[in-house]
Amino acid sequence: MKALKNLKKQTKISFLNYGIVILFFIVVQILANLGMLTNSLKGQLIPILSYVIMALALNLVVGISGELSLGHAGFMSVGAFSGVVVSMSLAENVPNPGLRLLLAIVIGALLAGIAGVIIGIPVLRLNGDYLAIVTLAFGEIIKNVMNCLYVGVDKAGLHLSFKDAASMGMAADGKVLINGPMGATGVTKLSTFIAGTILLLLVLVIIQNLVNSRTGLAIMAIRDNRIAAEASGVPVTRHKLIAFVTSAAIAGAAGALYALNYSTIAPKKFDFNTSILILVFVVLGGIGNMTGSIIAAALLTVLPELLRKFSDYRMLIYAIVLILVMIASNNPKLRSIFDGLGKKAKKEEAAK
Amino acid sequence: MKKKVLAMVMSAVLGVSMLGGCTDAASTGGSDAGTSGTTDGGESAGSDAGSNAGGETKEGVEESVPEQESVGGKLTGTLNLGMIGPLTGAAAIYGNAVKNGEQIAVDEINAISSDFQIQYNPQDDEHDAEKSVNAYNNLKDWNVQVIAGTVTTTPCVAVSAEANNDRIFMLTPSASSPDVVNGKDNVFQVCFADPNQGSASAKYIKDNNMATKVAIIYNNADAYSTGIYQTFNAKAGELGLEVVSTTTFTDDTANDFSVQLGDAQSAGADLVFLPIYYQPASLILQQASSMGYAPKFFGVDGMDGILTMEGFDASLAEGVILLTPFSADATDDLTKSFVGKYESGYGETPNQFAADGYDCPYAIYRALQFYADKNGDLDVTGKSAEEICTILISVFTNPNFSYDGVTGSGMVWTANGEVNKDPKAVVIQNGVYVGL
Repeated sequence: MKALKNLKKQTKISFLNYGIVILFFIVVQILANLGMLTNSLKGQLIPILSYVIMALALNLVVGISGELSLGHAGFMSVGAFSGVVVSMSLAENVPNPGLRLLLAIVIGALLAGIAGVIIGIPVLRLNGDYLAIVTLAFGEIIKNVMNCLYVGVDKAGLHLSFKDAASMGMAADGKVLINGPMGATGVTKLSTFIAGTILLLLVLVIIQNLVNSRTGLAIMAIRDNRIAAEASGVPVTRHKLIAFVTSAAIAGAAGALYALNYSTIAPKKFDFNTSILILVFVVLGGIGNMTGSIIAAALLTVLPELLRKFSDYRMLIYAIVLILVMIASNNPKLRSIFDGLGKKAKKEEAAK
Repeated sequence: MKKKVLAMVMSAVLGVSMLGGCTDAASTGGSDAGTSGTTDGGESAGSDAGSNAGGETKEGVEESVPEQESVGGKLTGTLNLGMIGPLTGAAAIYGNAVKNGEQIAVDEINAISSDFQIQYNPQDDEHDAEKSVNAYNNLKDWNVQVIAGTVTTTPCVAVSAEANNDRIFMLTPSASSPDVVNGKDNVFQVCFADPNQGSASAKYIKDNNMATKVAIIYNNADAYSTGIYQTFNAKAGELGLEVVSTTTFTDDTANDFSVQLGDAQSAGADLVFLPIYYQPASLILQQASSMGYAPKFFGVDGMDGILTMEGFDASLAEGVILLTPFSADATDDLTKSFVGKYESGYGETPNQFAADGYDCPYAIYRALQFYADKNGDLDVTGKSAEEICTILISVFTNPNFSYDGVTGSGMVWTANGEVNKDPKAVVIQNGVYVGL
């Protein structure tokens, strides 16, 4: 018990986050075994995990690196479509679904990471709102590229075209994997709750270790005072790029997990609205607060379904809930109450 | 300072996202919703409503079965009928049309006899695959037995895969892509599939020698438009129809078509094929007229609605040829009764979606009756979705089962789920559709 107390604050928060995820997993398993899990909730488990991972990824950029990205759905899209291509083209060579899912997620993360480097190098030379607008533009560019992208597979391998499906020149037995704006259809569902939970834990390990490392401190130093950090010899662009690319790769992994949970996926899913939705998770959970991101993303994903009985009014109620949460969490009185609680706990600790 | 800037941007973004919160899912891609509405929308095809035998189709169906002995069983019980479609958001016009059409049909069926009742539960999917699967799971929790949906194509592909796994029978009114039914023995369409429209259009143009040089303008960010274009292009190549100009637009650039029309004009096209929805088509007609370019225009069922569009000079559409399965001014009893009820109930003229929706519950009802008639009494209360699914598959794939509705008479279904009915070409003359 004493050892636990002596842990650093950061480490405690890290363990709290792992605990929340594992607890969620256990509760869901128990409910499932008792047959108390509704179909509605069961169907949302993987989207919840995907959005939680997306929120964590975005929080790394927005909260830790302090740069506003409005195009994160773009990276999710890259991961989703590359994951789908991997899983569909390897369907015969790699019959094991678990292994195929792993490959899809890894390659999805890799390609999204590469997209992150390509976009990050020009973008991260900018600051503040300029950067935000440029990421927004890149998010739209990715969506439009995906809208024109045709990928097919036949015996000779993968074929790619930006014109139409016919111009890929596939053999007669070829199969179109991504069909422009129609996206991918006939995807085999590979994502499982266990795989998603493991991915989420892994993402938490990566992010929390990065944040608590020397690199993480440098990233936060740049966020807090760029000039001072530069003067102290911290290479600014490189550190920002590390955070951005890590975030992009994680978003790609979330995209692959998300896409492989549905039998179809269209590029339009990953538009500006999705980017903003994830930003809302991050902001509501608290910028830079990983625990908050996990809880906000999970709750806000489930909320519209819980409000289904209000039918046409549910998105209105959803918006009102968002506004109320926002006002409440910024209310100085409520804040002082929470701060007071925190201080009290600390005092008690100190007294012991 | 930097923090302040960030804070300001954040608050601005939040403001937007709050608003977005409500439209968000709804308009998640305001643009797509519109287009995909199209996607799914237009495709109820079929024979002319005018050729309907009228309201008395019920007995007609049963009589048309010579082979199997009728044992005259009765259909009883309460059927849980679910519907999924975009009831909010930018595609809501399509989802609500289907919902209203289905509601009228359900009310009519419930009024026929108290022995057999339908409990109807429409769920919103905001035209989003993820939300659609959520809505589907919600219906499962409600113990849905048959689903008359989903309305739009992309969500329907996602939901039909789930329904195929769970063995729940699906009859979609308007999701037209072949991906919806491919490889799923329990999913059937009331509307006409996209590829058939593209190839049927090419064949129609060729067979009637309507043009030597064809130009195509399509929306390459839209699945419906792209799907029809692909099959049209393939069929045109096969038939030796010369396509001299192919130009595209997206939802974001759908407000100026001078480049596309100029390309078609300079290539000397004498027919412009428009596999697009009526809103951009109306602009194309307007701009072509002001350019003094007057080729023949050939549309598909997405063009339906152009005559009633607000602010559009219907005389511009004069001579436009299109494929459509349903015309609200048809004079047969069935269409007249449906249009009358729809207009008095919802204050607007029903479009194809509404008509497709109206046909869905009836087709399911007739199929269950057909089964009871051949196999003895059928009580649907408490039957599992899987049992109903097996029954309905057996009836829908039975060549002796056919259904007459407002979007076509004598509809029969193939084993892979596509409906078999021919698209009908009409030309706009003096502001009304005239059969060709």
